[in-house]
Amino acid sequence: MKKVKVIALRTAGTNCDYETAHAFKTAGAEVDLVHINQLIRGEKELSAYYIMAIPGGFSYGDDIAAGKILANELKYRLRKPLENFVADGKLVIGICNGFQVMVKAGLLPGFEGISDVQETTLYSNDSGKFECRWVYMKHQANSNGKCVFTREIKDIIYLPIAHAEGKFTTAGEDILDKLEANGQVVFKYVDAEGNKADYPWNPNGSDRNIAGICDSTGRIFGLMPHPERYLTRYNHPRWTREDLPEEGDGLAIFRNAVNYAREKL
Amino acid sequence: MGLDKVNVKIVNILDADYAQLQKISNDGLLSLNLAEMQTIKKYFADIGRNPTDVELETLAQTWSEHCVHKTFKGLVEYKEYNRQEERIEIIDNLLKTYLMKATQEIDKDWCLSVFADNAGVIVFDDDYGIAFKVETHNHPSAIEPYGGSETGIGGVIRDTLGVGLGAKPILNTDVFCFGPHDLPYEKLPKGTLHPRRVFKGVVAGVRDYGNRMGIPTANGAILFDKRYVGNPLVYCGNVGLIPRDKVKKRVKPGDLIVMIGGRVGRDGIHGATFASIELAEDSEETSSGAVQIGNAITEKRMVDTLLQARDRNLYDAITDCGAGGLSSAVGEMGEKTGAKVHLERVPLKYAGLAPWEIWLSEAQERMVLSVPSEKIDDLLEVFENEDVEATIIGEFTDNKRLHILYDGVTVADMKMEFVHDGLPNITKKAVWHKSQYKEPDFDDPDDLTKYLKDILASPNVASKEWVIRQYDHEVQGGSVLKPLQGVENDGPGDACITRPLLHSKRGVVISNGINPKYGDIDTYHMAASAIDEALRNAVAVGGRLEHTAILDNFSWGNPDKPDRMADLVRAIKACYDTAVAYETPFISGKDSLYNEFSNSSTGETISIPPTLLISAISVIPDISKAISMDAKTPGDAIYIIGKTYNEMGGSHYYHVRGYIGNSVPVVRPKRGKDTMTRLSDAISLGLVKACHDCSEGGIGVATAEMAFAGGYGMKLNLSHVPVSHDFTRNDIILFSESNSRFIVEISPEKCGEFEKSMQGTVFAHIGQVTDNKKFEIHNGEDMVISSNIESLKEVWQKTFKW
Repeated sequence: MKKVKVIALRTAGTNCDYETAHAFKTAGAEVDLVHINQLIRGEKELSAYYIMAIPGGFSYGDDIAAGKILANELKYRLRKPLENFVADGKLVIGICNGFQVMVKAGLLPGFEGISDVQETTLYSNDSGKFECRWVYMKHQANSNGKCVFTREIKDIIYLPIAHAEGKFTTAGEDILDKLEANGQVVFKYVDAEGNKADYPWNPNGSDRNIAGICDSTGRIFGLMPHPERYLTRYNHPRWTREDLPEEGDGLAIFRNAVNYAREKL
Repeated sequence: MGLDKVNVKIVNILDADYAQLQKISNDGLLSLNLAEMQTIKKYFADIGRNPTDVELETLAQTWSEHCVHKTFKGLVEYKEYNRQEERIEIIDNLLKTYLMKATQEIDKDWCLSVFADNAGVIVFDDDYGIAFKVETHNHPSAIEPYGGSETGIGGVIRDTLGVGLGAKPILNTDVFCFGPHDLPYEKLPKGTLHPRRVFKGVVAGVRDYGNRMGIPTANGAILFDKRYVGNPLVYCGNVGLIPRDKVKKRVKPGDLIVMIGGRVGRDGIHGATFASIELAEDSEETSSGAVQIGNAITEKRMVDTLLQARDRNLYDAITDCGAGGLSSAVGEMGEKTGAKVHLERVPLKYAGLAPWEIWLSEAQERMVLSVPSEKIDDLLEVFENEDVEATIIGEFTDNKRLHILYDGVTVADMKMEFVHDGLPNITKKAVWHKSQYKEPDFDDPDDLTKYLKDILASPNVASKEWVIRQYDHEVQGGSVLKPLQGVENDGPGDACITRPLLHSKRGVVISNGINPKYGDIDTYHMAASAIDEALRNAVAVGGRLEHTAILDNFSWGNPDKPDRMADLVRAIKACYDTAVAYETPFISGKDSLYNEFSNSSTGETISIPPTLLISAISVIPDISKAISMDAKTPGDAIYIIGKTYNEMGGSHYYHVRGYIGNSVPVVRPKRGKDTMTRLSDAISLGLVKACHDCSEGGIGVATAEMAFAGGYGMKLNLSHVPVSHDFTRNDIILFSESNSRFIVEISPEKCGEFEKSMQGTVFAHIGQVTDNKKFEIHNGEDMVISSNIESLKEVWQKTFKW
């Protein structure tokens, strides 16, 4: 079987790297934790990997704005290797801070490749504070098949969020319309029954309850909730009272990516 | 010597008389008493010169209560007056006589490092140990709540990072004590911040630092009392995972001294001595320079790189720069060897610091390493690769002297022996009089529903969800039992469980016990009860006494006052008695004394109530056996385990009715241990569906919380509750806070097996979970509580719904 190599990118303030690496390993991949300085210095090559993960955390303390400094490093210091990586049909996932980095680096929404203009952002939660809670997300039917990371996934999944800046918003309604029309909206926050609902179900006040989006190819994916934090039933907040499968809802996202890479690359 | 060229002053103590010696100490914020100043004078008279400011400051930091714990290590003359009877006892070294002795006697082979290092370490599995340390950061948090709590958490993380050759931080715990959040502004003493502001600032500091470090904050408590207004308490704890072959360290002469992490500034000067005096109205003006400034990302970078260096065996020893900065880090590491330091090499945030300031600054996010010279290049490269500053500032020698230079000029040169062992032995006086409070004289009310609600709404008991959700308790992916549990993820869990290794089912249980209200009556029973509470919280989720260790954290008033000192002695005696009886060793601890505030407008000095935090850590082999506290299934049986006594003194019921009382809950450890061991067996056999300990508010609060967390009603009858036969009142049965009690939920088909496994202990079936929202308690035919879970939950949540 082909080995799928994953790069989990680290920098000062990255803090979900261990569990993100564990998630990819559980899904059958080989994972290297690589500091961005190693890429910049040329000690490691992005091209050696099939999947890049930008894990959660507080890159550079989220000083200036969440994910901004790491986004600039990707944009200005690793532009060429990153463009090649995307052009080669490889996969990128950004979780929480990684998602914030991706929208600020122009990797998302990615209507036509990497954009120099930032079109979407993740703004301070409506509640005005950092929040850690579990949320339900509904997989958007019209993105089915498009987003590589959710090719096979349950209709509604349950994952934790932990962020202060997670409100998905855009430069205009037209961008939201375009995302929906293109099938780039992958997940929306819902209540336990799968209905559209407000806070706390939509934990941050995201426009149209959007929790995660992909680019126009479906190979670049960002989301605020943390799939790497729900890999086994013992992560679930109610595992002591509910009948749950051994596997957590988050694992499918990593497995879909690894399987796709194995087939295509 | 050219000292003036390097901005070092000679302090003339050789010519100083008693008054002048004391003045030098007071003016310099040295917190040295006269006997200590005289000892210093004698040392320098013997070598024929005056000390430099660097030398005097070094001694003040090293000898401070905060660093050397002289109260715990000195002599105590303890007098006890109990009903006219007088008893006198001389105790030499409270720490060794009680706390360390308990651990020695219990003698568990799973203790890997106790009392010797920055944190205690116990066995996790064949390859790893678990380190645990809890610290206080009280005085800085009084002046600057955000910075104080931030650097409190940052500091305790460096304690586990500095244990052995370094542990990976995996969990934070925080316990706070504040003044009343609704204190009227006109009652706020001059020079203090409003408790609500302190509360919000402290929570924000822990949130921003802990979350940025990527360490889950999953256990804690928050308590309120008006005596914490001028002097809040901030306990910060950290748990770390350490390979078992990295638990020991040894400095070798010839090793280079390397400082890593942040730069040195003028923040955090005199933190250790500031922690060792009482607070006053002008503390903000005189001591704000003692508060450090934190930067979590600097620390995170340091953790990431340090663990790489550890795994490549690039250094021999490590310790953190905490209180006293370099002076205590280098001083401690070089105690047995000697050390030579060149202060001009220390990287500064900005120019202009005097040598003594560089040496003492508690500027954050720094560690000191002892590095063999042949490994230095590899070591420096690890840090440089990820933009962490690492600087060689000197070397460990073999001359047993502390030698400090600046630009080649000697600015301090003393024997290590004097620095560490020169401190004169002190004797503290302790006098204990049994306190007596008014006994309540009200009748047993017919309907206790109102009082149940009052207790649920009372700040110590009420939901802290507003705080808990601001902490990331899921990061690192190992969360098994979260602080909030139940059908709507909002019930109050007894303890948290995490899996530090994601490929393993082994788990770490963390819990705590604290109840200063009992200390108003007798600190002996307060301490015993705190241990019992921490242990029952751990047992309630699936922990076992056989693999549980505990930590002690004393926050006390001024130990120079005999009544405060006596309270301390009694608490420490209880720690020994109770720990030995439960066979749960102390592995680490800390004391914070002088927590008093002088109110200039009233002329009073307010001491905090004696406050002992006991933290428990337990290792469980299989997390799938863990249980939560929420009621699970209608029709299930509810049992009480343990006997209820007429022990209402310091109870929350008396508190909401304006009384303290005298009959404080005592611990009966022989029975308690048996109860907890049997319960652990029943839990590991899968017989128990939910378990909650009885603490504040007794059976009433425990059952109500289980019911509303589970979303089901309950119907209970107090006539079945096993009680001591000296009372019949319903309010006592319902709200007594007797120790070693639990409420459990058992499915009907397992009741027989459960009762069999508990045979020989005191327990009783008292009711069941119901398929409606009613919460009803009778005694025989009489209705005692009639309510519903929605309204009980609402009052419990609304106090801090901010």
